[in-house]
Amino acid sequence: MESFTAILAEALGLILSGDQAVIDIVLLSLRVTLTAVVLACLIGLPLGAMVGAFRFPLRTAVIVTMNTMMGLPPVVVGLVVYLMLSAAGPLGPLALLYTATAMVIAQTILVTPIVAALTRQVVEDLNEEYAEQFASMGIGPVRRIMALLWDARYSLLTVALAGFGRAAAEVGAVIIVGGNINHVTRVMTTTIALETSKGNLQLALALGLVLLVIAVVVNGLVYAIRGSATRAAYA
Amino acid sequence: MFRRSFFGVAAAALTALGLGEPATAQSDFIIVQSTTSTQNSGLFDYILPKFTDNTGIEVRVVAVGTGQAIRNARNGDGDVLLVHAKPAEEKFVADGQGVSRADVMYNDFVIVGPASDPAKVAGMSDAVAALSKIAETQATFASRGDDSGTHKAELRLWDEAGVDATAASGDWYRETGSGMGATLNTGTGMNAYILTDRATWISFGNKGDYDILVEGDPTLFNQYGIILVNPEKHPNVKAEQGQKFIDWMLSEEAQNAIASFEVDGQKLFFPNADKG
Amino acid sequence: MHDPAPMPEVQNDEEVPLLGAQRLGFSAGSQRLIRDIDLTIRAGSRTVIMGANGSGKSLLLRLLHGLIPPTEGHVEWCERPLDTAARNEQAMVFQRPVMMRRSVAANLRFALSARGIRGAERAAREAEAIASARLEHLVNRPARVLSGGEQQRLAMARALACAPRLLFLDEPTASLDPASTHAIEQIIDQAHDDGVTIVLVTHDAGQARRMGQDLVFLDAGRIVETGPVAQVLDAPSSAAAQAWLGGRLYLDPTHSSQT
Repeated sequence: MESFTAILAEALGLILSGDQAVIDIVLLSLRVTLTAVVLACLIGLPLGAMVGAFRFPLRTAVIVTMNTMMGLPPVVVGLVVYLMLSAAGPLGPLALLYTATAMVIAQTILVTPIVAALTRQVVEDLNEEYAEQFASMGIGPVRRIMALLWDARYSLLTVALAGFGRAAAEVGAVIIVGGNINHVTRVMTTTIALETSKGNLQLALALGLVLLVIAVVVNGLVYAIRGSATRAAYA
Repeated sequence: MFRRSFFGVAAAALTALGLGEPATAQSDFIIVQSTTSTQNSGLFDYILPKFTDNTGIEVRVVAVGTGQAIRNARNGDGDVLLVHAKPAEEKFVADGQGVSRADVMYNDFVIVGPASDPAKVAGMSDAVAALSKIAETQATFASRGDDSGTHKAELRLWDEAGVDATAASGDWYRETGSGMGATLNTGTGMNAYILTDRATWISFGNKGDYDILVEGDPTLFNQYGIILVNPEKHPNVKAEQGQKFIDWMLSEEAQNAIASFEVDGQKLFFPNADKG
Repeated sequence: MHDPAPMPEVQNDEEVPLLGAQRLGFSAGSQRLIRDIDLTIRAGSRTVIMGANGSGKSLLLRLLHGLIPPTEGHVEWCERPLDTAARNEQAMVFQRPVMMRRSVAANLRFALSARGIRGAERAAREAEAIASARLEHLVNRPARVLSGGEQQRLAMARALACAPRLLFLDEPTASLDPASTHAIEQIIDQAHDDGVTIVLVTHDAGQARRMGQDLVFLDAGRIVETGPVAQVLDAPSSAAAQAWLGGRLYLDPTHSSQT
């Protein structure tokens, strides 16, 4: 096999060449992943916060379920979403199979439990600190959840990052529901899978490096934000 | 009625969220369930733009194994089926899932193997005899094992050779359960013989010291058929556009395009549409 | 400095108890942590609760404030059951101030907004609270980077910003230096002068003399002695108070801890 430096050079070339096809793939990846993470946060943050801040029957069962679902196998999620969206499935009339939306749905299902479960932990810890003060102040449930989420915002940024990592690296679900259609549903991970199957290992690895670079940039950004938050004792 | 409008609203909402189609996509498109061999070889990239230029219809190819392609089509997830497993295709049509089947083109299978050639099959043109030799010497053989057209062709050849290869599964017979490319990657990694379609092999980029050892046997003939998914079974099928695509694939223009497609100076597909 | 002056208004309000506890008790499992508490807090009074570690002072405060529901007896606010509306007329400051992960000003705004106070009035009260806590130079600072004394001043300001009628203080100066303690005591005095009833838990006999009128002495979850602060501290009648003031560990011979 080619030396690793050659692969590195190819990766750099890919990034710097500004090849439209590669750029499209990267942009679609980001669009799908970020949309899924935003949706997962819209669902998972309040859900996790409620479980973290309130006591209710079967709470332990809910927590165990959420934690278990963090490990949902992508292929299984892909299959379930495929069966739902298939023309023969209950959501067939939406005609969403083999679209970017289908990939967003699958990734949202994968990421939401991660966001919810990690948010639950973060909010539970913070709630322990705030609970008496809030009770004394007569804070109602809605305001309490909002305040806990807001005050945990920097920790929750890391939670969203964990979700982003899962979604960005995932291939099993999106290749089933997206179909890896050129220019339509081809994202970085499915391209890597395709190029690997074509035996173009350098190109596959180079794309992997592009993915890695994006992950490094996103992580670095979050780390920097958290750093300033920690100095302000907000995190 | 309500159900329809609910779905409409939901789809509109999702589209409004910016999750819909990319800006480059055209609203007029069909989905073709096809195989990795046609996709990986680059054939589609070569011929499809001509069709889209002619008709304004975009062709979205989902490239999976023949078995999965047929299953997806049975669910109505696709407008046209373009695969290579004639008996399965005929059953698909007989079951009323497809309208009718037509030959489009063929390529051929080859047996590839390492330079060391432990079973000494290099240069043979009798595929069945070659497989018998491989079985005798218990040289490692990597099978797709994924119910694809290639896998079905391979099983037929073992059958003719009178070898129950699957009985040796996990021993010298290794089933990868994956696509052609993945099987080539895995097989070359363990010095195994592999039955592959020529198109995938030629455009495969990780050959190592492998070469084609057995070729030219008529039994290695690999026929591709094209089928319109039955709109009576699956109302969402875009029958008109799908039929346009099929007609075009069988037209002189497309057949010539298929014939002129080459990788590394080699023809990979041979058009043989039966003009009816 | 605060003068322990006579309180004429006490006479006027005597027949209107602000807060009352009847046969109040709290058990956790077989442990009776608080029992048989009968207590009346008059409007405008300053009550100090003292007792050894583990005598139940902080728990009693939480029961009176309604943070924890009692297992026996009940608490009344203005002779009506203690409910959320009643608790909104009270405030509490804890030994360790709970600072939200926001700026000084945002901590105050949160408390005011929670009471539905908005707009110009909120801005006015916020400014007033910041001035009273002398935190003008720290308004936009993250609350959690403030010193312990500053944080407690902010906690006091936050509690008082909502104009409570009664303020519970759970050892508010226990971890502060003398200067910070003095600053907190000044704020308490000011609040009392403004008509806020004070219920203060403290370990510090000096603070009890400075801040209190009435003293309630707890031992093993029961009130063992009540009376004017000076009287109880100078001439304790209960064995528990005598022992505690004498710096001795007191074990009640009639009530062993595993009752």
